[in-house]
Amino acid sequence: MKDSKKVYWKGIEQLKNSSEFVKNANAEFAQPGPEEDLGHSRRDFLKMMGFGVAAASLAACEAPIRKAIPYVQKPVDVEPSLPNYYASTYINGGDYCSIVVKTREGRPIKIDGNALSSVTQGGVNAQVEASVLSLYDNSRLRGPKAAGKKIDWADLDSQVIAKLNEIAGKGGQIRIISYSILSPSTKAVIERFKTKYPTTQHIQYDQTSHYGIVKANEESIGSAIFPSYDFSKANTIVSIAADFLNSWGSTIENTKQYAKTRDVSDDKKVMSRHYQFESILSITGANADYRTQIKPSEEGAVAIQIYNTIASKAGRPTISGGIEKPNVAKAAEELWANRGKALVVAGSNDKSVQTIINAINDMLGSYGTTILPNIPVNFKQGNDAAMAAFVSDLKAGKIEGVIFLNSNPVYDHPMGQEIAEGLKTINLSIATGYKEEETAAAAPSIFIAPDHHYLESWNDAEPKRGFYSLSQPTITPIFKSRAAQESLLIWAGETNADYFEFVKNNWRNWFYTNQSMDFQTFWDKCLYDGIYEQPIQGSGSVSFTGDVNAAARAIASNYKSEGFEVVFFENGTVGNGSQANNPLLQELPDPITKAVWDHYATVSPKDAKEISFDESFTKFASITINGKTVKVPVLVQPGQTPGTIGLPVGYGRTKAGKVADGIGVNAYPLVAMVNGSLSYSATNIKFEITSENYQIAQTQTHETHMNRQTVIQETTLDKYQDGSFKEDHYQPMINTWKDPDHKMDPEKLSLWKGHDYKKHHWGMAIDLNTCTGCGACVVACNVENNVSLVGRDEVIKRREMHWLRIDRYYSSDAAPDDWKGLEDAAENPEVVFQPMLCQHCNNAPCETVCPVAATTHSTEGLNQMAYNRCIGTRYCANNCPYKVRRFNWFKYHDNKQFQDVNPAMNTDLGKMVLNPDVTIRSRGVMEKCTFCVQRIQAGKLNAKKERRDVRDGEVVTACSAACSTGAIVFGDMNDPESKVAKLLKIRPLYPERPLINDKESDNPRAYSVLEEINTRPNIWYLTKVRNKDTNKA
Amino acid sequence: MAVTSAVRDPLITGGKTVGDVSHDISRHVENKPTRSWYLAMAISLVLFAYGLYCVCTVLWQGIGMWGLNKTVGWAWDITNFVWWVGIGHAGTLISAILLLFRQRWRMSINRAAEAMTIFAVICAATFPLIHMGRLWLGFYWALPLPNTFGSLWTNFNSPLLWDVFAISTYFTVSLVFWYIGLIPDFATIRDRAVRQGKKVRAIVYNTLSFGWQGGAKTWMRYEAVALILAGLSTPLVLSVHTIVSMDFATSVIPGWHTTIFPPYFVAGAIFSGFAMVLTLLLITRALFKLEDYITIYHIELMNIIIIVTGSIVGVAYITELFISWYSGVEYEGYAFYNRVSGPYAWSYWSMMTCNVISPQLFWIKKIRTSIVATFVLSIIVNIGMWFERFVIIVTSLHRDYVPSSWTMFHPTMYDIGEYVFTFGLFFSAFLLFAKFFPVINMAEVKSIVKSTSEGTQGTPREVDQTRH
Repeated sequence: MKDSKKVYWKGIEQLKNSSEFVKNANAEFAQPGPEEDLGHSRRDFLKMMGFGVAAASLAACEAPIRKAIPYVQKPVDVEPSLPNYYASTYINGGDYCSIVVKTREGRPIKIDGNALSSVTQGGVNAQVEASVLSLYDNSRLRGPKAAGKKIDWADLDSQVIAKLNEIAGKGGQIRIISYSILSPSTKAVIERFKTKYPTTQHIQYDQTSHYGIVKANEESIGSAIFPSYDFSKANTIVSIAADFLNSWGSTIENTKQYAKTRDVSDDKKVMSRHYQFESILSITGANADYRTQIKPSEEGAVAIQIYNTIASKAGRPTISGGIEKPNVAKAAEELWANRGKALVVAGSNDKSVQTIINAINDMLGSYGTTILPNIPVNFKQGNDAAMAAFVSDLKAGKIEGVIFLNSNPVYDHPMGQEIAEGLKTINLSIATGYKEEETAAAAPSIFIAPDHHYLESWNDAEPKRGFYSLSQPTITPIFKSRAAQESLLIWAGETNADYFEFVKNNWRNWFYTNQSMDFQTFWDKCLYDGIYEQPIQGSGSVSFTGDVNAAARAIASNYKSEGFEVVFFENGTVGNGSQANNPLLQELPDPITKAVWDHYATVSPKDAKEISFDESFTKFASITINGKTVKVPVLVQPGQTPGTIGLPVGYGRTKAGKVADGIGVNAYPLVAMVNGSLSYSATNIKFEITSENYQIAQTQTHETHMNRQTVIQETTLDKYQDGSFKEDHYQPMINTWKDPDHKMDPEKLSLWKGHDYKKHHWGMAIDLNTCTGCGACVVACNVENNVSLVGRDEVIKRREMHWLRIDRYYSSDAAPDDWKGLEDAAENPEVVFQPMLCQHCNNAPCETVCPVAATTHSTEGLNQMAYNRCIGTRYCANNCPYKVRRFNWFKYHDNKQFQDVNPAMNTDLGKMVLNPDVTIRSRGVMEKCTFCVQRIQAGKLNAKKERRDVRDGEVVTACSAACSTGAIVFGDMNDPESKVAKLLKIRPLYPERPLINDKESDNPRAYSVLEEINTRPNIWYLTKVRNKDTNKA
Repeated sequence: MAVTSAVRDPLITGGKTVGDVSHDISRHVENKPTRSWYLAMAISLVLFAYGLYCVCTVLWQGIGMWGLNKTVGWAWDITNFVWWVGIGHAGTLISAILLLFRQRWRMSINRAAEAMTIFAVICAATFPLIHMGRLWLGFYWALPLPNTFGSLWTNFNSPLLWDVFAISTYFTVSLVFWYIGLIPDFATIRDRAVRQGKKVRAIVYNTLSFGWQGGAKTWMRYEAVALILAGLSTPLVLSVHTIVSMDFATSVIPGWHTTIFPPYFVAGAIFSGFAMVLTLLLITRALFKLEDYITIYHIELMNIIIIVTGSIVGVAYITELFISWYSGVEYEGYAFYNRVSGPYAWSYWSMMTCNVISPQLFWIKKIRTSIVATFVLSIIVNIGMWFERFVIIVTSLHRDYVPSSWTMFHPTMYDIGEYVFTFGLFFSAFLLFAKFFPVINMAEVKSIVKSTSEGTQGTPREVDQTRH
């Protein structure tokens, strides 16, 4: 190449060697390429694409954020995974229960009764059990508000104080409206407030008023109180429309006492006899031995009739206005025969009716024995007259300021609409509820100063005179709420407004007297126990001063049976509606109607002939009461008095939250004043069944037990006493080859030797006699075991998930072999409640059919379910004779479809209530009662740590713990000293093998459901005994 | 094999020669499908697509898309399963039992019947799969596979597990039996394809025929295998539905817990299987013009089997009713009282009418030799047999022991969709079979034509006259 003279040019430009060429001579490309030329280069594109792909795939891979934050510094009292228990007090308006709260890692997850309390005696009800979920209600207020806008507590306080001072300066009227206040400290706070603002009046009212009783007592016995009752001392109980097991008086206590009189055993073969006269079929009426259908307008007349019968025996003058009804004379005779051990109660809120009742009780010597006026009950202190005066003052513009102290009268007071009107123009309105409810929503300029939920707050309570209890916080307040009492103290200008200190000081001043310990010890003990009880003072004897003649005249003039009559009542689920936004209560089947998520009017089959009520298909009815018309679906209710309808209150919420809003209509505005107090019935109403169709969600649509003796066994008291009931007792027997007359129990014929239970053998006894059907166990089971709630639509498809249900059966008038006739309930049926849960069969039909052995038998007698192994063939559920298995038809957790009905598994706040010891079941698997295996396991571990055996009573299932009547007894049947073994008189079937599965119960009342299919359940039911005359049975 | 009696009616009419047989059957494989085939295929695919949507929705959302509830845990799913399994019985019965009994009339119909069996069993198998709450685990957990879960094994007590074995064995044996029967016919098609110069077809069918050459020794082995498989299949015909019936019979539910179930189910299965074979063959016969191969005589013989099995089923129904009363068990008694007069009485009486009364019409010769009547009745029988399973499953479950749990069952579009899915699957598969596989067993039929490849022998009409 060296020699070559040739010169090669890249192009003509090089030859010319232009300046343009020289500039770019050393560049790779002579001409600028697209990279340099454009704003976006190919490389940029690739970069962007690379980033985009990476970002998209990262976003797709992003794991959901789980906020599981470990303790950096462990709190002193909290051991992760171990529960802590705190005694506290459930207070919801006038409802009370002494409770023990179970917390896990600082979260309350379960409520049990506090056995130390002599008021509630360890009992709970469904409302109390469910209230733990109300703590995690998504519709709770996050902080204070003024006129609908968020505000600081300091700003709210300064504005409220300024307004209060302005009102006080010109002498304007201030009212504090609350439900019955049980807390003496809260009352003291209100007194402080009144001292600062003297124009303040405190007015109490109750959702369902008992004012008539209080007034009657004022006239009859000289004290305006609601007395304590002692049902346990009554041999004869007569109730005229008082639903004392569900809504009347001190219900948990009543239930406890009532159960004592209903319990029978070989040592105590007596029980009370209970007469009920009522229009609706109430829970109490369902438990009665004799139930008579009357109309609400006849309640007074029935009372007078009883009065007259007894008065003629007692030598007192009779009065006019009685009425003949079945069982009235019989009841009166027995009351008289059981003087001193008898009790008559009436649900009427009319002082005239109650005066007659007081007179009867006076003649019967009930005062001091079954009625204790020296121990007033504070649950119902509401004053209808004062409330009515408040409403008229408010309407007249005479009131400048009003504080709704955790009350919601716009919803639950009959004159709520008028209150709402009055609130539009009022100068100052304050609400302290922990939720923004109808009342707060009705007042445009309202200050909302949210109180804590009761599980977050300090408080005290005096449910009965001399019986005190304490509330303590079991969780740090979740939101920016503040104790309502503290708010009042701040507004009253107190410098030390800490309500905890306030309560503590009160207790020091009130109760810490003549104590041998120092105050801190006293306080700690009270806090630990949850209660402080003073000795009972005074005697119950009274002198009756009521005017029965005037009462009889008032009854005659106020009540005339005209047209259709209506009864307003609290049903067994949402009750008065204050916890209506709690889905546990909405999905709790009503003890009587078994309806969930629905409002309805109960109508007798005679009055709803055009409704077959097949599969809960029904029609709307239009009901006009006092000029107001409501439309509710008809629920055909056997036992309802023809010519009457029952309309539950507690529905028709509009501002309660997603769960309750829009269900049904509000019945409170239909209630009117009669004879000076609110009357929960009305006559001459217009009732028309419309053509509009509806389907009510019910968990049970077949009403009768079809005379199936192996399902329900019942007898009468005298047959039980003389032992002849055993002849009726169903016992399957088969002939053998030995001789034609030889019969034997087929259960003893088996080729298989059965399971061996070497250590424990868990078993349960359920007493049909003391079960009142209340449903507390169902809610307790739901909470303990994270049972999914599925909502109205799924219940209509018959897919509720409850592990424990209470079957409610009506009797039928048909002959035992008339299968068609047996499908229809009697007009006034006898009722039996049967809690039904997995029977933990020793020969379990479910276990043999599972293809993958997902359900197996444990070495302790449990039928256990391995969710992880289940493939969901549902064969086990089909083959379960008790139909207690529940299938996860859908994914019930983290599923938007169930967000509103099942917040406990679908919202971050709701999930705090879940029991971390129990798995959330996934879609497609079967689940069922486990006998609370997590509790058994915890009890065994505890015993093991302490190197001892599990003690009886240490392990209880949630249902058994929640049962106020002690109808459900759980324990180890291998322990001859256990309560369940003693109750059932457990004996090994083969004495040479005492630990074998085959145990026999020698309790004559014990039976296994469906004994003849030889499933050998580990649950025995105790025959229901009715205290009826056998010849009538 | 080719022993024919001069006094019997020929099974194949129309004076067909062996060559005619090859031609008549193979031309459907060789020619383009007809317009009616396309139409039928299109309809089947639409059904299949709709059904697939329903299946996928159920798998995605959960079994809750169906109308099942806490009390009725099985309804349409297992009804359809048992129904399809029942239909799947005819094929093996025809090929195995009738082979052992030397019923030569079966030769024209066994191929289609066996194909139907296989497709019906596939359709049946979809239900136990889809009905599982967790199919993604269940499809292999139900098999006794070694695993890392320690000693975790399937539960050999469970009739559902027996089902897994019974159905899979039956399916395998049926498939092998069917395929082995197809081999010589595939070879025929291949040979024709070679002659016609269709290379691709020749390769495909050669592969399908495993290179069948038709040597005498091969034929000998072939027939030995056929006999062995027939022997193996025979107990299966009885065992499959016996085991399916044990799903119910071993349970404790009144109306299920019945010792009569195994023979009753087997009879019912043959009953419905023959009805379905008739439905399908009558259509195929018309579409493919196979009147000479599937004659009235065939139809009549099958109708006689329907009378026999239908009567057995009828006796079983009445026995159940009698025993429910005679046993004195109130639950059993109520279960049947409820079937007869309860809210599902309409399904019970539909079952009784379709299954017990309608087949009795076949006692009349005119009806059992009428194509139209046979077709209508075959469909009625299948409707009846569906109701039988529905009655057994749903009416027993919906009101069993504890009255508080009594419910009704209402199907949703997804219950129906799943059923439609299997129809789409079945007919699509059957149409593909009819197009690509010889619908009649040429090799066997050639053994019964009264002719040789050299020319016609015998005069069927004369025989006819002597006989009547």
